[in-house]
Amino acid sequence: MSTDTGTLAQRLGAHLGDKIAAVHEWRGETIIDVVPENWLAVGQQLRDAAEFRFEQLIDLCGVDYLGYGQVEWDTADVTSTGFSRGVEGEAAGRFDWAHRPRTGAGHKRFAAIVQLTSIAHNARVRLRCHAPDDALPVIPSLVPLWPAANWFEREAFDLFGIVFEGHPDLRRLLTDYGFVGHPFRKDFPLIGNVEVRFDEKLGRVIYEPVTSVVPRVTVPRVLRDDSDLMQARAEAADKWREN
Amino acid sequence: MQEIKNYTINFGPQHPAAHGVLRLVLEMDGETVVHADPHIGLLHRGTEKLAESKPFNHSIGYMDRLDYVSMMCNEHAYVRAIETLMGIEPPPRAQYIRTLFDEITRVLNHLMWIGSNALDLGAMAVFLYAFREREELMDVYEAVSGTRMHATYYRPGGVYRDLPGQMPQHKESRWHKGADLARRNARREGSLLDFIDAFADDFPQRVDEYETLLTDNRIWKQRTVGIGVVSPEQALAWGMTGPMLRGSGIEWDLRKKQPYAMYDAMDFDIPVGVHGDCYDRYLVRVEEMRQSNRIIKQCVAWLRANPGPVIVDNYKVAPPKREEMKQSMEALIHHFKLFTEGYCVPAGETYCAVEAPKGEFGCYLVSDGANKPFRVHLRAPGFVHLSSMDAIVKGHLLADVVAMIGTYDVVFGEIDR
Repeated sequence: MSTDTGTLAQRLGAHLGDKIAAVHEWRGETIIDVVPENWLAVGQQLRDAAEFRFEQLIDLCGVDYLGYGQVEWDTADVTSTGFSRGVEGEAAGRFDWAHRPRTGAGHKRFAAIVQLTSIAHNARVRLRCHAPDDALPVIPSLVPLWPAANWFEREAFDLFGIVFEGHPDLRRLLTDYGFVGHPFRKDFPLIGNVEVRFDEKLGRVIYEPVTSVVPRVTVPRVLRDDSDLMQARAEAADKWREN
Repeated sequence: MQEIKNYTINFGPQHPAAHGVLRLVLEMDGETVVHADPHIGLLHRGTEKLAESKPFNHSIGYMDRLDYVSMMCNEHAYVRAIETLMGIEPPPRAQYIRTLFDEITRVLNHLMWIGSNALDLGAMAVFLYAFREREELMDVYEAVSGTRMHATYYRPGGVYRDLPGQMPQHKESRWHKGADLARRNARREGSLLDFIDAFADDFPQRVDEYETLLTDNRIWKQRTVGIGVVSPEQALAWGMTGPMLRGSGIEWDLRKKQPYAMYDAMDFDIPVGVHGDCYDRYLVRVEEMRQSNRIIKQCVAWLRANPGPVIVDNYKVAPPKREEMKQSMEALIHHFKLFTEGYCVPAGETYCAVEAPKGEFGCYLVSDGANKPFRVHLRAPGFVHLSSMDAIVKGHLLADVVAMIGTYDVVFGEIDR
């Protein structure tokens, strides 16, 4: 990490001005929120401006924020309801393709996250761009600036269905030829959509709906107040200091 | 004159030089590549999605299976991301053990690479030499974790257990007995550190042996010198890291520039190439093995002198000791909670990278405060390198594509994830 990240966030804020929605810093990592209209312009400035020179796009990935902070297990009133505490959640482990939730209400589900590295200044920065429309998430492509974005954007398109406008060759990358759906979306079932087997009679490989796996959650997702964790951490830190 | 049309050939996914399941669609003009279109994903298992459905610790084993020739480096990126979000730091001995095993992993990876790359280009013997040393290092993996490859040894807050005081020995069998058995067990009389130390004393001569086979070998040089030249500008634009970037003359190594674990306490050098061709990258990797050996020696010396805890004393993330569980109710409850529900990681996001043998292996982790990650993205160096295939091999001969795939050091576990 750069030794002067604190000033990096401030310098970025000053340099990019109203082109960016927000810039914040957390544990030495700098994060910039950008709206799609300024996505390319901000990228161009970060790459070319002499004081930043982020010449490497190190990573790009999609995120689906559907169900952020939701749990699969109600831990609030445990004793009154007994064991049937499973929450009907959006968890991908609880439904199959036929019963997948079709919510359109989520607000700004999809985002592209980019990690940039400056080799000249030994610095890192993270850019985030939320796609305005959930039904058809569109974000401008960064391929003209960094060719390394090519496959990353194809991957994000494949797995999340984010369309990168201006990408020279936006094909599926990781999933099967002829795959339906975007598997890393939170409303795509964990057990998948179709399964493949060799059919003796037909003498070829066939695709059919998943029947061999039953959707279930073995360890439910819970959110806990981490105050006891903080306490334990502080105690542990004290113990080391004594040693 | 007869009209000659370009034709398209399928390279892989069952080609022995495709290093796994690469399907490369090549448009050829005679012997010359006009366009290369790698099709990947034949090994896609959805590791990142699977990780979202289980508690944090359950996914450590998946990390081994990404780049399955540099297992512990992958684990390192993942556990470091969790540690950053939780704000915990492993004790120094754990950091040294991690540094030691990252370097052992680097040697393992480069041995695999030098063997298979030489095999691709027609030199059989190097493979046999390299696997001789790989076997010994695999035994080191097995001694600490119980498995030769998929170790699951690193844990958030440290490593699973301390280094064993006794190196496991070969047992007598119908094929190995008497003097032969004694020879095989000669280095295994003492502790694991003794074994690693003896290995590290011996290893530079072994590297000399590989170099004797390859460095001045006329065929090897004809196949690699001036092939697959990556200019520094290209290397930056295509997001290359590790030996691919250093082979092009850019001195960039996360172990030096953004040190993690105990690398800032280590004395080692970063080799860089000049021409950016396959031969320079070969030289860089060979020198990296020697430098790794230096780091291994330093770690062994420190670990011998400094016993101590190897995982944090925080029962929320690390299990309590067995004997304590017999006495203490608290410890028993902590153990139960940790192994059934796991631990909740504070909401936030982080990107943690390590210098894996192939380049920068990064883990982008988003937590919403639950006991399972909300999103894990793994930045695999091989994925990025392979994406530049078309730009680099255009205009090369078909046989050079094999040299290029070899020099990328591709492993499909991490590319397809």
